[in-house]
Amino acid sequence: MRRLNAYALTFRLPIIIWQALFFIGPLIFVVAMSFFVVKNYRMVETFELTSWAKMISRDYVWSAYRYTLVMAGSAAAIASILAFPAAWFLAFRCSARARQVALLLLIVPFFTSYLVRTFSWYTILAEAGVLNGGFALFGLGPFKMLNTPFGTLVGYLTLVLPLVMILQTVTMANIDTRLVQAARNLGCTPARTIWSVILPAGKTGFVIAALFAFILSFGDFVAPFYLGGSNPPTMPILIIDTTKAGQQWPRAAVVAVMMMLTLFSIAFAAIVYSYRKRASR
Amino acid sequence: MSNTKFTLTKRSFLKTGLASVAVSAPFVNRAWAQTTELTMLGWYGTAEPDMVGAFEEANNVKFIPKYYAGGDNMLAALAQNPPGTFDIIHTDAEYAKLLVANDLVLQLDPEDYAFDDLLHDDFKKFAGHWDASGNLYSLITRFGHLGVSYNKETLTAEEAATYDIFWDERLTGKVGHFDWHLPSLGQMSLLMGNASPFDIDAAAWQAVQDKTLSLKPQVGGYFDFGGTFSGLKNGEMLAMVGIGDWVTGILERDGAPVSSVVPKEGGIQWTESYSIAKTSNKADLALKYLDYTMSPEGQVKTAQMLGYPGHAVTKAGRALLNEVDPAEAARSHQVDGDPQDPITLINEGRIKYRDIPVQQTLEDWNDFWSEYKNA
Repeated sequence: MRRLNAYALTFRLPIIIWQALFFIGPLIFVVAMSFFVVKNYRMVETFELTSWAKMISRDYVWSAYRYTLVMAGSAAAIASILAFPAAWFLAFRCSARARQVALLLLIVPFFTSYLVRTFSWYTILAEAGVLNGGFALFGLGPFKMLNTPFGTLVGYLTLVLPLVMILQTVTMANIDTRLVQAARNLGCTPARTIWSVILPAGKTGFVIAALFAFILSFGDFVAPFYLGGSNPPTMPILIIDTTKAGQQWPRAAVVAVMMMLTLFSIAFAAIVYSYRKRASR
Repeated sequence: MSNTKFTLTKRSFLKTGLASVAVSAPFVNRAWAQTTELTMLGWYGTAEPDMVGAFEEANNVKFIPKYYAGGDNMLAALAQNPPGTFDIIHTDAEYAKLLVANDLVLQLDPEDYAFDDLLHDDFKKFAGHWDASGNLYSLITRFGHLGVSYNKETLTAEEAATYDIFWDERLTGKVGHFDWHLPSLGQMSLLMGNASPFDIDAAAWQAVQDKTLSLKPQVGGYFDFGGTFSGLKNGEMLAMVGIGDWVTGILERDGAPVSSVVPKEGGIQWTESYSIAKTSNKADLALKYLDYTMSPEGQVKTAQMLGYPGHAVTKAGRALLNEVDPAEAARSHQVDGDPQDPITLINEGRIKYRDIPVQQTLEDWNDFWSEYKNA
């Protein structure tokens, strides 16, 4: 019989307690709440499928769900692609000192509130803003960027791009550079080196970076609301709308559970994929 | 071991005692003049210094605001907080009747208020403020009108004088909604010719939905307070559905080229009132504040409120506003003889009082609103 290792438990217990208190507990409560009902603006603890039946039968819920999936997926893909050249440069072409300074600078945006950073886009993306002012010099525009899906994407990238860049840089900095050199010595083009050496070697890091970008974008309320004009709404906006109207917290909980199930599924699939060994030939 | 001895002489006793009194005097004084706290549940701005500062000073009161946006949130705050949390409740008239129906507010004595001084007869027995037995529960305090809000550099007042302007091709992608179904759908109902915009049968409700959906290609976004202000101010939105002078008035004061007009199809009136929570243990002081809000000075403050402007409801209040702030009185048309005088608009039958849906549920209207946003 295995003996309980007190030493190991001492280190594991805090994280177990933390997760139980602040993740599993609230998660169970949200799931339970989705079966409650609201009467006279007060939640009644019961077990009814009313909220589930109501929400999953509504077309607007599913269209918001599809839109949120597409937008968060796009944000993850665009952030991964945009971040890659910069991360590659920092990992392989910079001195260690320069890389440290660059990583510090990538952390700096997080010192400012995300809401403030989002609002600052107003002056840049507005029709009378900085970008359209630049386009006007070439006789172009004005282009409508605020209150569009493009505006939402800009907001998502504001949130996730620095993080993806940091994760990709750290990932590539840990790849054995001898592998890259060997590929080049054996005649690989730069593109082939990236495709056949760097991407497989850093697969886990790249997938985790994209996964973080997806998770943060999928649950973000600020960008689609303030830069996308809620037009159309995303799932987090649907949660706000649902609670505003009639204090329907159980229905909001249904939306929240739908979101969590989606994130669990995607995170699980991404982790399995990223750690899967390549099939031997 | 210390050799120090503790001896209390008459001289040291007196010195210590006097010093103690001197040091504690400020705290004693503060305790004697203990400030009373009044908690107000209200729309943003109603418990800010520009509104309550003079009353606080005169009565040694400190207002503790709890702000909400939308009547549903107000009812939820009342349901979810322990009894006695709130003293004064500031609410829209259509939700005041729910406060009465749920037995949440104190009965008021009509004899305490000068109803003869109210600017319009409708205000004297305002729906929802009185119960079926003729008992008063809520006191009307200010009102405003919702119509077409527009950018003056794009549209003239004449062009904006119909809800049809929202479908104008110059406004494609530039029409914004205040993100609340009641005012926007109420305006669509007026456009469809419904005399009672919130009391419509199934066929009329379907027609309102169809008409609203046809506006979707024009819509640039759905906004909260902040988004509405910035959208109009930076020109991203050239017209807004569901708002009125309570938004454009603030921007106009800052020089933005925006304005609001009550169109030919009519406008919707928002009406705000004060009630006293039944569980308040400071009802006397709360009643005193209600008296203050109905005084000419209180009415001027309510018309000038920095949070968002409104119209005075008493003749004495309007007269004092014209005397002390003629510019604001003129800007908001609270001047006798002005064709957009809000009282004249009511007398001409162009104003309908905002209400909750009568033949449908709030949930029906809200469901459609979500569908519309996702269309």
